[in-house]
Amino acid sequence: MFTPLTFASILPEILILTLGILILVYEPFWKEDQRRNAGWLTAGGLLITMLVSLIFGRPGQPTEVFGGMIRFDWLGFFLKMLFLFAGAATALLLMDHEKAGKRGEAYLLLLASLLGMNLMAVSSDLVMLYLSIETASIPLYILSGFLLNDDRSTEAGFKYLLFGTLASTIMLYGFSLVFGFSGTTDLYEIAAKFTAGSVSPLLGFAVLALVLVGLGFKVSVVPFHFWAPDVYQGAPTPVAGYLSTASKAAGFAVILRLFFIAFPAFSSSWTLILAALAAISMTVGNLLALPQTNLKRLLAFSSISHAGYAMIGVVAFSQLGATSVVFYLAAYIATNLLAFGIVMAFQRITGLEEITDYAGLSRRNPLLALMMLAAFLSLAGMPPFGGFVAKVFVFAAGVQTGYTWLVIVGILNSIIGVYYYLNVLKYVYLYRMPDQDEEQHPLPLTRPYTIALVMLVLGVILVGTVFAPFFGWSDAGALVLF
Amino acid sequence: MNFPILSVITFLPFVAGVIILMMPATRKNETRAVALTTAVIDLLLSAWVYIQYLQGHMTGYQFLEQHDWLPQLGISLFFGVDGMSAPLVLLTGIVMFTGVLISWGNDDPHVMSGIQDRPREFFAFLFLLAGGVFGVFVSLDLFMLFFFYEIAVFPMYLLIAIWGWVKTREYAAMKLTLYLFIGSVVALVGALAMYWTNYQSTGILSFNMLELEKAGFSADFQNLWFLPVFLGFAVLGGIWPFHNWSPDGHVAAPTAVSMFHAGVLMKLGAFAALRVGVMLLPEGAKHWAWLIMGFAGVAVVYGAYIAFVQTDLKYMIGFSSVSHMGLVMLGISTLNATGLTGAGVQMFSHGVMTALFFAVTGMIYDRAHTRMIPELGGISKVMPFATIGFIIGGLVSMGMPGFSGFVAEFPIFMGVWQEQWLVAVIGSISIIITAAYIMMNIRKVFFSPMPENLEGHIGDVTVLDKVAIVTLCLFMITIGLFPGVMVPMVSTGVENIMRLLGGA
Repeated sequence: MFTPLTFASILPEILILTLGILILVYEPFWKEDQRRNAGWLTAGGLLITMLVSLIFGRPGQPTEVFGGMIRFDWLGFFLKMLFLFAGAATALLLMDHEKAGKRGEAYLLLLASLLGMNLMAVSSDLVMLYLSIETASIPLYILSGFLLNDDRSTEAGFKYLLFGTLASTIMLYGFSLVFGFSGTTDLYEIAAKFTAGSVSPLLGFAVLALVLVGLGFKVSVVPFHFWAPDVYQGAPTPVAGYLSTASKAAGFAVILRLFFIAFPAFSSSWTLILAALAAISMTVGNLLALPQTNLKRLLAFSSISHAGYAMIGVVAFSQLGATSVVFYLAAYIATNLLAFGIVMAFQRITGLEEITDYAGLSRRNPLLALMMLAAFLSLAGMPPFGGFVAKVFVFAAGVQTGYTWLVIVGILNSIIGVYYYLNVLKYVYLYRMPDQDEEQHPLPLTRPYTIALVMLVLGVILVGTVFAPFFGWSDAGALVLF
Repeated sequence: MNFPILSVITFLPFVAGVIILMMPATRKNETRAVALTTAVIDLLLSAWVYIQYLQGHMTGYQFLEQHDWLPQLGISLFFGVDGMSAPLVLLTGIVMFTGVLISWGNDDPHVMSGIQDRPREFFAFLFLLAGGVFGVFVSLDLFMLFFFYEIAVFPMYLLIAIWGWVKTREYAAMKLTLYLFIGSVVALVGALAMYWTNYQSTGILSFNMLELEKAGFSADFQNLWFLPVFLGFAVLGGIWPFHNWSPDGHVAAPTAVSMFHAGVLMKLGAFAALRVGVMLLPEGAKHWAWLIMGFAGVAVVYGAYIAFVQTDLKYMIGFSSVSHMGLVMLGISTLNATGLTGAGVQMFSHGVMTALFFAVTGMIYDRAHTRMIPELGGISKVMPFATIGFIIGGLVSMGMPGFSGFVAEFPIFMGVWQEQWLVAVIGSISIIITAAYIMMNIRKVFFSPMPENLEGHIGDVTVLDKVAIVTLCLFMITIGLFPGVMVPMVSTGVENIMRLLGGA
């Protein structure tokens, strides 16, 4: 039953759990002002987890473990590595958060949700899938409302909880119907039993729609996006960054596995639904981002539109499509975490988060401004940053499978995107503070921020220039879906 | 001897940009020194490539380098130059070198010249732009061409928005970026369509343009995609009716960026339109040549006419650029060897000439604080050197024999005559208009009596400015007197295009 392979398949999760226990044990012994060290421990531990897993936990041939609950393959593995990276960066960004940074629970909750996301990426059974989604979500509900004295944060936590549970209940209903029609919870067996011949297309369509509610909520595509701006704005900024990247990527991992593996028989209907969602999501996200004045809300709407771009790869329903989605996620995780990290670093000192408050940033801290340039140009899809290559791959996958109209929608949207991303950079580089005394208002970065941001900016540039290895890993991941 | 010279030329500006960014902001002079050193090295290397190509009587693509970048999708770092692109690489080197000289600046608050505010960021972004431009000219891989093309576009926004003319910079920078971005993504869809169609017919995934040339796309496919691809790139070449961003951008940009913008970036558009549009979709080019010729013909005359009525010196040069780039497009649209050769030489000639114009205008503006032609006068007394430079630029612009403009424009009109004599007749009106506005403005700005308010406030140009002017003039006169140093070389590039077009 328990072979070395079994352990290898959940090696990252075992290490995450160990890390969590370590924090639980050590944290009470630390004095108040030492407790932020839990962040070093978390981030360091996660990076070591990454390293150890890369050495000992690499998958070979796709295998089922734990009685078909978990699938041990490259898709899950590469995504896990991305999540671990995102988790490490988030832990570093949390460290100097005024209220959350000194509380061990924050890191513990982060690790718990990371555990859930890792399992989301590998679950190959409906029951396991649902459990892992909840494991990932519940800690995030708490983290969003972590700042008890802050009304916005409390509202964010509560809103996220209400929307989240509603969406997940509807999804659970969909799962139960899938089980009812197919008589199995194993994704790979569902594919054989839940076919167009056994179920009327209309009913299949309805079931898929129910499932999509929950997943659409996770990846925040229109029309399941209503929570995102409020939650991103209210939640502690590093948590918002984490929500918009790792959590969204985990949702895409489930979408890929569920739709490509379990429902290929209904591909004609779900590609249609997803194509519509992608088009609407890109357009609405970008149009609503235009009038935003708060940077976190702008990033929220931009992340909604990015879910739409990534969805083009899913719609393509081809190997290149799946590869491009995974690649997109890799580029997007680094980019958006960088953007939120900069917002956090700026907010920590100034306490401000309006776009106009960023005036004069390039004179107050040129390094931070440059990193912001990298993040926003990558979001806008400009080389040599990750966003460009990722978009080209997604668009290429779309054109290949004949979704040229969707690609054109995507392109029109990226033009809108360029406008509002550049608009932010205009404040950073062009405008000055009201009294033009930027020298009096320096913005020093603490060490955790420097490390996290430099790590992320290197990621953004590496994905955008030396994209071959990342593409290779994404491709290896996509291969297991076919 | 396999020194990867094209890679070095392309990546050196990027490396230098990163080095410059890592220098302390207070070390302004060291920053400038690093920038100048890089520019000199790049100029020498690109001149070396040019001379080797010329002296070796080379033909076809030379200095080839190929490294797999993403073999799964057939993307490779594939560099090489031919007779068409080697002059443009040299042009980029020249403009980069003179651009750095012009932007040198000083820390004396009383003399406004060059870039005083944050030179570190300025040079870093300028080099990012230069690296992107080199990359486009030497890339033989369609994906990499787009990659470098986009790199060349976005630093423009920052360069114009941050260091540009306060009154219009935000508007102009955004307009320019959106125009160019829209053009490039439209062309990108066309490129992806070519890529997949080639895959369907040959089973090979490849962005290699030498492979795509042989793809043999169907006539319907070519007719459908030629216009999006060609016009998508030609936006950057300032083709009418998509030229609107260009004069605004020229006017708002700081001097060195105007030089880059009009001198090199617009060539980027024309070059990419030629290389991707005409060379990969030759049937489509034949099908639509009349339309391109029409657009270009309008641009030539309309641009010259609008330039004639401008009162702002920079707007005048901006619209004259539209007119001259129209000539390039006109040459391309002939699809015959004479016209294409003229277009190739015109790209180089106009690049150097317009860089010189903008450089001199920048020098005048830095000292007189105005560019309005009616408010200027008598500049020749205080800035004799710049005056001579401007006059030489003017002669080139008018197409006087003995200067590079003649070597370029004469074949273009000959080529057009072969295809459609009426367009050549109408187009040649622009020469008269150009001569008129150039001479009128030279008289007013340089030789009329100096207005009282300027008297005593204007000093001569700096040594660095003089070096820049001399460098630029030298190239224009050399090519004018010895067309043999460029025309045969461009012809070899044109032969390749003619082969693809199925003629000669």
